[in-house]
Parts: sequence; C-alpha cells; structure tokens
Amino acid sequence: MPKFKPVLLARVGKPDSALLSTYQRDGGYEALKKALSMPPDDVINVVKESGLRGRGGAGFPTGVKWTFLPKGHPGPIYLAVNADESEPGTFNNRILMEEDPHQILEGIAISCHAIRANTAYIYLRYEYGKSYRVLERAIEECYAAGIFGGNVLGTGFRLDVYLHRGAAAYICGEETGLIESLEGKRAWPRIKPPFPAIEGLFRKPTIVNNIETMACVTHILGRGAAWFKSIGVPADPANPRDAGSYGPKLYCLSGHVNRPGCYELPLGVTARELIEEHGGGVPHGRNVKAVVPGGISMGFLAAHELDIPLDFNGPGKAGCLGLGTAAVIVIDDATSMVDVLYNCCRFFSHESCGQCTPCREGTAWMTKILHRIRSGQGELRDLDLLLEVAGSMGIIPGTTICGLSDGAAWPVKNALQKFRPEFEAYIRERRSTLKPAEMWSAH
Amino acid sequence: MPTVYINDKPVEIGASERLNCIQAAQRAGVEIPHYCWHPALSVVASCRMCLVEIGDRKPDGTIAMQPKLFPGCQTPVKDGTVVITNSTKVRDAQKATLEYLLLNHPLDCPVCDQAGECYLQDYSYKYGRGYSRLQEPKNIKPDKDHIGEQITLFTDRCIMCTRCVRFTREISGTGELQVIHRGTHEEIDIFPGEPCNNKLAGNVVDLCPVGALCSKDFLYKQRVWWLKSKPSVCPGCSTGCSITIDQNDDVIYRLRPRFNPQAQGHFMCDDGRFGWKYVGSEQRLKSPAARGEGRLLGSTWEEVLPLLKAALTDAIRRAPKRFAAVISPWATVEEAYLLAKWLKAASPEVTLAMGPVRTEGEDDHYPKTVTGAPPAQVRFTIRAEKAPNRRGVELVLQHFQGEVLNFETFAGQLRQGQFDGLYLLNADPQQRFADDFVAACRKLRLLIVHDLLESPLSEQAHFVLAGGAWAEKDGTFVNHNGLAQAIFRTVRGPEDARPDGRIVWELTGRTGLFRAATVRQEVAGEIPAFAPLILGDLGDHGVSLGAASAVRETPALQPA
Repeated sequence: MPKFKPVLLARVGKPDSALLSTYQRDGGYEALKKALSMPPDDVINVVKESGLRGRGGAGFPTGVKWTFLPKGHPGPIYLAVNADESEPGTFNNRILMEEDPHQILEGIAISCHAIRANTAYIYLRYEYGKSYRVLERAIEECYAAGIFGGNVLGTGFRLDVYLHRGAAAYICGEETGLIESLEGKRAWPRIKPPFPAIEGLFRKPTIVNNIETMACVTHILGRGAAWFKSIGVPADPANPRDAGSYGPKLYCLSGHVNRPGCYELPLGVTARELIEEHGGGVPHGRNVKAVVPGGISMGFLAAHELDIPLDFNGPGKAGCLGLGTAAVIVIDDATSMVDVLYNCCRFFSHESCGQCTPCREGTAWMTKILHRIRSGQGELRDLDLLLEVAGSMGIIPGTTICGLSDGAAWPVKNALQKFRPEFEAYIRERRSTLKPAEMWSAH
Repeated sequence: MPTVYINDKPVEIGASERLNCIQAAQRAGVEIPHYCWHPALSVVASCRMCLVEIGDRKPDGTIAMQPKLFPGCQTPVKDGTVVITNSTKVRDAQKATLEYLLLNHPLDCPVCDQAGECYLQDYSYKYGRGYSRLQEPKNIKPDKDHIGEQITLFTDRCIMCTRCVRFTREISGTGELQVIHRGTHEEIDIFPGEPCNNKLAGNVVDLCPVGALCSKDFLYKQRVWWLKSKPSVCPGCSTGCSITIDQNDDVIYRLRPRFNPQAQGHFMCDDGRFGWKYVGSEQRLKSPAARGEGRLLGSTWEEVLPLLKAALTDAIRRAPKRFAAVISPWATVEEAYLLAKWLKAASPEVTLAMGPVRTEGEDDHYPKTVTGAPPAQVRFTIRAEKAPNRRGVELVLQHFQGEVLNFETFAGQLRQGQFDGLYLLNADPQQRFADDFVAACRKLRLLIVHDLLESPLSEQAHFVLAGGAWAEKDGTFVNHNGLAQAIFRTVRGPEDARPDGRIVWELTGRTGLFRAATVRQEVAGEIPAFAPLILGDLGDHGVSLGAASAVRETPALQPA
C-alpha cells in the first residue's frame, strides 16, 4: 500500500493552523459554499453515499442517522457535537480541535445546513482547556467573518454555534447523557425510545455527532463521496448488514510503543502494521502481549490476533466489542493482565453514572473482586464470578439503559477468555502486585 | 379488543388504554417485581427489577421473541404483545438485580422500620438467591437525620430508585431532594441548608420501597406486623384523601394514603398524616355529664341520656322556635341525619344550623412552580376548607329545612337572644369558639355540648356528651367534589366516650344497634341527593353523588 497522505491531519503542526486566515488560504470554507448551494437533502445524500460511519465509537452511518429526523419538522432542530472525548487512550478529537478547529466548524456548518438546524452545541470535556480556548477563538472568528450568525456566507442561512464545557464525566459522552448535561441536568442517559433524532435536546429533534465525524463531513463535501469511498475497506457483499468501513481514520497509538501518537490511516490497517511500521515497535525489545483495539471498553486483542484489520468489523471477529474510537493501546509482555484489568474496572466503576442497578453495583463489585485478587486473596472461583457479573450487565443482555456497562464488561470477558491461564497462575501462586499505597485505597 | 399474552395467558385490555407490561400483568394476576416504577411518577427504568421477555404474536399464531430483556415499566403493550415473566432468563436477571441491590445493603432488617412491608425483603424471598457472594467490605454511607423535620434517611439502605427525588420534582414541585456523587457512592441528599419540609414530604416515606426514608414520627414505635389496618378517610380538609389507619391496641400509630383515583390519587399531605394526635389527647372528654342546680346529676350514659331526652323534649315542647341545633361539618352524614330528623320530627320549628366551617388561607395546589404561578396540571390540592363533610351535612340540612343556615348568621341570632336552648354537635378538634359566642351560650337555659375535647363550652354545658373521633366511628363523609366515602371504627375511644352515631341513635330512642350502612341506606331512601348510596356499601373508592349533590349556594362561610 502506498503511503497514505493525511487529510484530516494535513494542516496539523503548520504555523498558525488554528487561524481562519490560514485555513481559508488553504482552501477552507469552500466545501461549505458548495454545500450551501445544494439543497439540504442533497447534502445528506452525499454523506450517505460516502458511507461515512460515526467516529465516536458506535460506527453508525452518519447520513442514515440524519434521515431519522422527522420530515417537515417546524424546528428547532439541534446539532450537538460530542467533544467529550473520555475513552481512555483516545486523543484524536483533541488534536483536531487544538490544531485545526475550522475544519470541524466547517463540518458543523455543513451538517447544520443538511439537517436544517440553526443551532449547534459543541459539548467539550472540561479537561480540554486549550481546545476550549482555541475553539472559542475560532468561533469568534467565524462570527466576525460572517460564516456563523444571521446570514451565513450571504445565503440567508442562520447558524449559531455554542461551545459548552462539561464537568468532566465519561457518561457525558453517551449521546443522551450529553443531552441531559447540556440541559443542565445530571448526566443520566435517557431511556429510548424516543431516540434523540425524534426527541432530544430540549425535547426537540437532535443529531449527536462526533468531532472527527464533523471533520470528515468537511472533506466529503470538499472532495466528493467517491473520494471518501475510495479509501478503506469496502462492505462485505456476503454480509448485508455490513455498511463497510470507508475513509481515513485517526488511530491513537499509545502504551508500550516507541512512537506513540495520532496516525491518520485508511480504515482497515492492522494492529501489527500500526505498532511496527508507525509506532516503531515495542520498547526494550519486549513483545506485545495484548492490544486494546479502540479504547478499553472494546476489550483486548491477544498477541496472535494482531493481523486483524482495525475497521468497523475486524475487532468484533476477534471477540472484541468493536472498533470504538480506534484508540490502540499496546500492552507488553512485562505487564500483568490482572493489573490491566483492575485498572479498567476501576475506571468504569468510577465513571458509572449509577442509574441502573447492574452497572452501578456490578462495576464496583468487579473492582472489589480484582482488588482482592491483587492483594493475594483471590480464589479460582472468583474468575467465574467475574464472568457472570460481566455477562449480566449491558444493553446487549438488556439490563442497562446505555452502553457504558457493555464497555465495562467487555475487557473482563476478553481478558478472562484470552488470558485465563495468567489469571489462574496469579491466584494459585498468591501473587500480589498491589502497591503499598493501594492497600488502603477505597473503591 | 387488543389482547396481550402474559405467560401465555391472554388478557384483554381497553382499546384506548395505554398500559405498560407491569400493569398488563397485574390484570392477569401476575406480579412483575419493580422498584423505581410508580404509576404517579415518570418512568426512569433504572432499577432493572422489572426485566421481562417481550415478543409479538403474529396473526398467524407464530410468536417472535426479542433476543434481549426489556424493562416492563418502559415497554407499552399492544395487541399481540407477548410478555414472559417466568423464564429462566428472566429469573436469572431478577436474581442478579437483587444480588446487586443487596451488595451494599446493610441487611439490618431486625432494626429496620420497613421490615415486614419491605419490597427488598419480599422480592428477595420470592425472586432472589439465598445467599450473597460478596466477600469484600460493604460501602458505608452516613445516615442523614437532617433531611427533613418529619423524615430521616438511612442512606446505606437506599437502592437508588429515585422515587423520592422524582416525587419532589414532579408532584410537590419543590425539588428538595437530589442524587449526589456517582456510581456506587451515590446518595440521596438535600441541597445544603434546604431540608425537605414541604407539606407533602411525608409521602416520600411511603414511596420508598425499602427502609431508607423513614418517618421520624413512626420510627421505632411499632413493628409493622403488629399493626392492624382499616380503610378510612382523612378528615383534615375537604379533599377527603382515602387513607389507611394503622393501629395496635387502640392506639393509632400512623396514617397512610390509600390510592383513590376519585378522591386524591396516591398521596396525602403532612397536615393530615400527622394531624391525628388529638385522638389520644388528655383533653378528650372521657364520660358524659348532666349538670343542674350547681351539681352533677349524672355521669354515665344510663343516667345522662334519659335526663337529656327529657330536657330536650321539654325545651322543644315549651318553645320550639327558641331551640336550635348546630351540626358540625365534622359530623358524618348518618349523625347529621339522625339528629336532624329527630329534632324536626319533635317540631318542624326547631332551627338547624351548620357548624363552623374552618378555613385556612387558600387552596394549596401542587406541584409548586419556580415562579409561584399556578401549576399547569394540578397533581395534589390541600384545601382551605378544613372540614371533611360540609357538603354531606349541608345536604341533610337542606333536606330537612329547605335552606342551610350558616354558622355566622346563626351565631348572630344567638347573640341577639333568639334562642333558649342549643344542641351543639361539634366534632372538629381544632374549633375554638369566639368569646362572645361562649358568653352568649352562658345565658342559655339548656346547653348541650356534644364534643371531643374539653373546652370553655363543655365546662358550662348542662349536658356534655363525650363523642368519638373520626377514627372511632362508622359513617359517611362527602368531600368537596360530592364523593361519598365510608369511614370505619378502627380504635376505641377513651374510657366512656362513644361514637357519635351511637349516641344520637340511642338519644333518638331507636332500638337495636347503630349500624352505619343501614342508616346510610335509610338516608339514601329518604333524601334524593343521597340516592346513589342505596346499596349501603361504598366500596374502596367511594360513590359519587353526582349532579344530585349540588348544594344551593349559601352565603360565604367564615370561621366564627
């Protein structure tokens, strides 16, 4: 495969890349002009044709989601852009927002035109201070340049964009949790139906899209659906439910690699290629033990599964939950999977919003069990108990409102399925990797 | 008619009914356990106790089941919906949810007020597993005694169903309660310095399916399995909330609201909930008395009633126009009827007057709004009229006298010296008669005070009749809306106090025992407005008197 020339990251690292002037010099907002000259439904069709799937984690086809809006709705319709990037290991949105905010804002304007929304909210996680400042300035520039406001580029289209800073919670990345939080409430995900496209923000039709999806929309309009579709992995004709994995994707490589970072590659690159060619291999001459394919909620790939393509279907074939956010975390062979899993469970127990009983209690219980195992007090039957708890929570069995607990359960299921001998040996040998400070840690 | 299949049992529902699985299953006699769902509150589907399998029965008889579980509270049923509540999959989910709920629950049932009426106990017994697999320490959360004047929170017993939070947001509109923290560390709490003291706050204790929110008034007073319950009606205001009285050994321990769609719905206010304390008051009249010539002539019913009857007959025969009876809006329809009928039979010229109808402020509507504007949809009303049966008594008076003489007008006539004798039936424990009224009564030649509590009037009366509180008698109350509801004798009065109906029954010389249902049928037969009560039994939800109960407008009623 010839070396892929970055599109989304093309301007990253250039001087003053966040400024409107440089963006326009590089051909910015031409796609918006083009979109504004088209009827909204045609824009939706272009996005639909491109096969763009949401970059936030679930991979739902963006254009199809847009068509779920009620036809002929008198409005208002809202666009909520999810910048609550909280999945551990994920930092692609941050790079886009800090380095090339206008690319996102252009995508937002195009999307708003397409879905007939006059108001867009960007829900930004609190920790992204620089993103906040950069985006705030970029939005001001757009208002000053007549790109946002009452008369977008002289077409009479009205668009207001608000930047909302969350209070730092993983659950605000769930679309209905995000909506509740935007409304000023506790971010407890809503029960569905109704889905946000029918009844979302302030009880009005709302589309929730990821930052990277917005950036992709800009390029799809700029370069055409055919260009986008020429990149990535085509749909499997044998599987009618496969929508294909098209376009470039920002892979966030971290963990035990020599060159961690955000790499823009066509969808379908393998973990091995990512680690060895782009990441420069594992340091200290160690080997890969496990790879998280797309944020820890997606589970683990074992060392022999590294040749699975990281597209929307690949990780699922290896028993993972999906591609997720394409945050690839490499774990080397000097690391204990018991510690890794404990860390995962602790994260989800901390971030569970506490609404549904199985998630609220299950995530905390799994953490307590793993803490006990790590203090040398584990029993072999604990592993079956962990599996049972993990199996009883999530929207897949139907026991929770949102997918957080599926994500919490998946690393446990994967780790115990793929690395069970290691866990058994750990328990049998009464090993303990607890740090002294952790002995007293509260759950 | 749409048909729903609950565990293969077909149940027909109304064509326009919107039921969820829990309600549809109730029709089929199948219990779907649930915690967070309550018919009066919004659906959150968060406890995950009501998970069921859902399917669709096609016209050709085939059934397509959904692969995953659904919360029964959130899932509406329609024609052909199949609900399975007893499969292994559902049972396993119920077991798992209960095990989760009990993970951090202190299991302190032996010292918990809720024990015996606790859904955590009941469901664990029916649907749970016998033991917990938790080996780790439980979370410990601080108890919150400061959460309200009447309520206390045992935080670690809480299962986070958020019924209480939704109640304060949706029904009372006061929004004092909230969830703080996150995940397994979540707690119910108030906003700092803003305790939950609204007038509906006591309802959160009833709503709490476990022993987390407890009533300070009831706390540690009784184990609930000792309590004996009877349905009744709250006498606190003219809303006439259906309630249940819980008593043991003739001591009332608490009142609880009883669902009645025709009266108030699911709830009751704290004024009514805690307003029964006078029943056990030391100030209660404990025996009858007949006084004359400066001495006590009798203090048993056997002595007093013949003397009273003679005195009454004498007074009415001598000057019927100068004899009056005042009947309180706290009296039952039966008492008012028996007394009014007997007096009017003695002489049609006897004056009948309505007792004082206490009012406090204005009708108090809920939910409260932030702006103080009236709520768009009223969910609960505490009425200004603090009497349970004004309409009932008015209808009786109207029947026997043609018009209803209100108390203020009557008191004016009394002060002018138009009367020599007065039978004052006052069952309102909070009524304080004005000094000039008491002074006017002092001049009467015959004063009969039939009351609950000692008062300046009872001290100067020639005859004192120790009556019964509402919980001590059988009868009928008609609420503001013309809904007739039955009350029942739940506790016995102190010492020699008797239910008012029995006193009047014996005074009027009727034979046999006073039986409210029989008198009610008699009333229904005689007074057209009460015709709908002809069966005598008013059922759980009461009987509406309908248009027939419209009372002719009387002058504005003012407290005396």
